[in-house]
Amino acid sequence: MSGSSNIVAMKKVVQQLRFEANINRVKVSQAAAELQQFCIQNALQDPLLTGVSSSTNPFRTQKVCSFL
Amino acid sequence: MASQEESSQPSDTLTTLKTESETLKTKLEEERAKLHDVELHQVAEKIEALGQFVIKTRRTLKGHGNKVLCMDWCKDKRRIVSSSQDGKVIVWDAFTTNKEHAVTMPCTWVMACAYAPSGCAVACGGLDNKCSVYPLSLDKNENLAAKKKSVAMHTNYLSACCFTNSDMQILTSSGDGTCALWDVESGQMLQSFHGHAADVLCLDLAPSETGNTFVSGGCDKKACVWDMRTGQCIQSFETHESDINSVRYYPSGDAFASGSDDATCRLYDLRADREVAIYSKESIIFGASSVDFSFSGRLLFGGYNDYTINVWDVLKGTRMSILFGHENRVSTLRVSPDGTAFCSGSWDNTLRIWA
Repeated sequence: MSGSSNIVAMKKVVQQLRFEANINRVKVSQAAAELQQFCIQNALQDPLLTGVSSSTNPFRTQKVCSFL
Repeated sequence: MASQEESSQPSDTLTTLKTESETLKTKLEEERAKLHDVELHQVAEKIEALGQFVIKTRRTLKGHGNKVLCMDWCKDKRRIVSSSQDGKVIVWDAFTTNKEHAVTMPCTWVMACAYAPSGCAVACGGLDNKCSVYPLSLDKNENLAAKKKSVAMHTNYLSACCFTNSDMQILTSSGDGTCALWDVESGQMLQSFHGHAADVLCLDLAPSETGNTFVSGGCDKKACVWDMRTGQCIQSFETHESDINSVRYYPSGDAFASGSDDATCRLYDLRADREVAIYSKESIIFGASSVDFSFSGRLLFGGYNDYTINVWDVLKGTRMSILFGHENRVSTLRVSPDGTAFCSGSWDNTLRIWA
């Protein structure tokens, strides 16, 4: 009994591998160029990258305590 | 047909299948290698290096009585939900550091929590093997625990949970080795995802523009990308040398990063179907527990078990900065929805907002 369930499990593994082996892939050079392009296009809208000033970043607003 | 094969020579069929599986694995590696014409950091050599930037702790959220295990941002970019080993789930206003809600779970080690897209509910779970949803009431005196709804049931601990694009569905991952998609209203399981060979520790939903997929990572060192509608594993990646603690999609949806106990973070491109970068240094020997990208995807923040947060230049592969502050392991880290800040949670019982 355990023999046949091992076979069922292995058949699933083989099926999955066949599926994964056959997918379409692109070259790393192309994929990398697109990742880079996305970064560049969005760089100015990235507050942690550009270092948004206190006036526009709510977390950077410093509360100043003054003794009167 | 099947029964004839099994009863005649079962061991031969198993051997044939094993051989075929080895052949296919080799073929998979060969196909991937054919397209490996360049490294990501080589492509990135021509772009400008990042300048110095200052990121500091801007808020410290104190209130948990024990290790913070998980946190999530509300879409309003100011509220945060966090969960702890002490069984408490707290909703904070990160601007003021005020606690807005607190729930005591019936179990300790609440390893997962998530904010609903509407901002009106939170989901959490852990050693109770369940994922429960608590609607958040505007009435501070109302007992949130009374309105609790049990949604997901696993056969081992809940490691991560996340609402899909609405309050109506939740995706969960578990120590039982599976992930599952649930309908919140009925508690019914809509789809289950089998394929990991050990505990699944983390998951992340693809950005909505890229369709119905999610990525999961586990103790089997594998990261799997799943089709949410069919339950099928579409792609899998096995290059880490230890448990994968955290996975996060690149903002475009074309890649994802992972953080692992092998002390590295890695970037996997989905269209090239391979690992395209490793973020590591000989001096970093403790596991990475959690990772997230900045808004443009240029920076990768990694929280580590050596109490630090390392900031990596995703394209060039270099470390930009080390952030000190936590007094114990960093266990969870997420960038806010508009990228203005990120929050880290730690075994030192606090959360910190960095900007």
